[in-house]
Amino acid sequence: MAQLTTTATSGVRGPRRPDTPARAGRPRSRRRTLTPYLMLLPALLLELLVHLVPMLGGVWMSLLGLTQFFIRNWTAAPFVGLRNYRLVVNVNNAAGADLLHSFAVTLAFTVASVGLAWLLGVTAAVLTQNRFRGRGLLRTLFLTPYALPTYAAVITWSFLLQRDAGMVNHVLVDQLGLAQDRPFWLIGNNSFVALLVVSVWRTWPFAFLCLTAGLQNVPQELYEAAAMDGGGFWRQLRHITLPMLRPVNQVLVLVLFLWTFNDFNTPFVLFGRAAPRAADLISIHIYQSSFVTWNFGLGSAMSVLLLLFLLVVTAVYLAAPSYWARSRRRSDA
Amino acid sequence: MTLRRLGLVAVVAALLAPTLVACGGGSGSSSDNTLTYWASNQGTSLDHDRQVLQPQLDKFTKQTGIKVKLEVIGWPDLLNRILAAAASGKGPDVLNIGNTWSPSLQATGALLPFDDATLATVGGKSRFLPGSMAATGAPGKPPTAVPLYSLAYGLYYNKKLFAAAGITEPPKTWAELVDVGKKLTRSGQWGLVVEGGNPTENAHHAFTFGQQYGADAFDASGKPRFDSPGMVAGVKRYVGFMANDKIVNPSAAEYAKNESLADFASGKAAMLLWQAADTSLQSHGMSPDDYAVAPVPFEQPTPPGGKKVNSMVAGINLAVFANTKHKDAALSFVKFMTSDEEQLALNKTYRSMPTVESAYSDPAFQTPQVKVFRETLATSAAPLPAVPEEAQFETLVGAVVKDLFADAASGKPITDDAIKSKLTAANQQVHAGG
Repeated sequence: MAQLTTTATSGVRGPRRPDTPARAGRPRSRRRTLTPYLMLLPALLLELLVHLVPMLGGVWMSLLGLTQFFIRNWTAAPFVGLRNYRLVVNVNNAAGADLLHSFAVTLAFTVASVGLAWLLGVTAAVLTQNRFRGRGLLRTLFLTPYALPTYAAVITWSFLLQRDAGMVNHVLVDQLGLAQDRPFWLIGNNSFVALLVVSVWRTWPFAFLCLTAGLQNVPQELYEAAAMDGGGFWRQLRHITLPMLRPVNQVLVLVLFLWTFNDFNTPFVLFGRAAPRAADLISIHIYQSSFVTWNFGLGSAMSVLLLLFLLVVTAVYLAAPSYWARSRRRSDA
Repeated sequence: MTLRRLGLVAVVAALLAPTLVACGGGSGSSSDNTLTYWASNQGTSLDHDRQVLQPQLDKFTKQTGIKVKLEVIGWPDLLNRILAAAASGKGPDVLNIGNTWSPSLQATGALLPFDDATLATVGGKSRFLPGSMAATGAPGKPPTAVPLYSLAYGLYYNKKLFAAAGITEPPKTWAELVDVGKKLTRSGQWGLVVEGGNPTENAHHAFTFGQQYGADAFDASGKPRFDSPGMVAGVKRYVGFMANDKIVNPSAAEYAKNESLADFASGKAAMLLWQAADTSLQSHGMSPDDYAVAPVPFEQPTPPGGKKVNSMVAGINLAVFANTKHKDAALSFVKFMTSDEEQLALNKTYRSMPTVESAYSDPAFQTPQVKVFRETLATSAAPLPAVPEEAQFETLVGAVVKDLFADAASGKPITDDAIKSKLTAANQQVHAGG
């Protein structure tokens, strides 16, 4: 800390000596290179402490036979090497096959949920781009699901989705007469649809918010120029709005993907600890395999595999655009 | 210049502050002789529990000078909290546990063993009901808890609906229950209701029905036998009430928030298999005169190897955290909570059963309903398997039965093969954990 202050002080002193510009320049540049990093250091250390250390702990746990016999002193748990991993990737036994099934369900769910949330978000953002009466009210209304606490919102959905007393069936069956028999939403295959609807309802306002913010940066002149050239709404959307939103989209889709893939609260509040097979998301599945069945080594192994998968997806996703750009530039040259 | 320096100091101070505060916080606690008590949710709400328990704790403080800090924890969180406490070594001094967790928690070593000397300080083993005492840990090892509240399953039936259908006696066998149930099933009303979406309830029934068909969830060496023919037959009998006998509303397949209590209280269902339902039924507006409790029926004739079991030994145990710094104070609190006076006061409020023999002389525990439960606990209740993997039985088999109810509700046939293949998969999951 003493060092920090000295650097800062000498740096401030620098410009006071206009007669020696060359010498004054050096400490300033050193200050520039060093200070920001030193200022980041405490945050970095805390980040390591809060995120990386537990993560490494999880990796270590995945190599142990950590059951209830050892949770009190888990350093005493036997080292089992990769046995936990062998168990969960072996699709011929029940644990492995179930994990694979759960992974497939989660992937399908995430792709559908992110796609729909983005589509709704972009539609609403574009439609509220231009001023009209009640725009503020409408935007506020759209953001409500995002502002509600997850638990309260999802438990309300679970009441709405009940077979006998739920409002969803009341509207679908009693009022619209769309089905003869009351469908179940919280058990059986429909539970996937129910989960998807609730998830999209919860996440699309975030997409809407980000895209609305992104649209503020699109210069109005571009639309005016396009209009002058005879470009209609769809051409403007395709050639101005969407390309201008690309940087926002890149981050937005990634964040939504990671959030949705890891979502625990929505399925847990909706289905409790035994999710129907059609909606057996991987976060609940891992919780079941570790907390509820007291086998933390196995749960950690699944978590580590999940972490690796998400790391790969993120890395590919972030690297792909620049790779494409580079190869395009190369082919242009 | 000074401003800049000040700014920097402020930033560094702000970054370090949480760490310093965090360091300071640790040393302050657990200095005086205050016990921390984690109570489970026994009343109609966590708040109700606080109102019931606080006066009793005040009484304890008055008698002994030991203060007790009460925390009531809901069932969905309790086990997670206990596991976290066991893993970190930082937990309450005294805590309530579901008695089915006893062997699993015993295996963690996080709870203080009640060896004979320790038991003697709270009145000795013989003070407690043998049935309740059986569910405090694995056989052959010192228990790690003592029973606090006891419960058993009973058949709750609606007297008005029975009379209206001309039925004079509650059913004693499953065949009779199906007959009676069919008479009571008509438009808007069903013979029986189940909590089909609740894995825990399902697992309890799978255990009892399995026992009646001679099935043990774990064999003598502790290996899981979830898919034995007896278990398949037992589960089929239970799920069959909806799938084959059609005396259960298919909607009950998704019931997991005690909707079955609401259905029974409002007369939408005439029978219910439950434990200590009075408080909840009355909070749903049902008069105590409108229902009665009979023993849970048996399979007749008894299947080969079948046992005379019609309930699990349900209940709540009281345990002392092994890491407690106030062992003596904790044990005197255990003694207080299991004293005749407290057993009467608390079990009367919670409508559960005292765990000590001497409390039953009180007139409040001489009612016909209490006699049914007491008789069940004394003669035909069995503890859930006392093996460390018991929690996995509840989770996995409970989920299988939930799945089967979902299939039954959507009209899929519930065959022996369908049940067996699901139970076999559950069995393999336990092996995976081994």
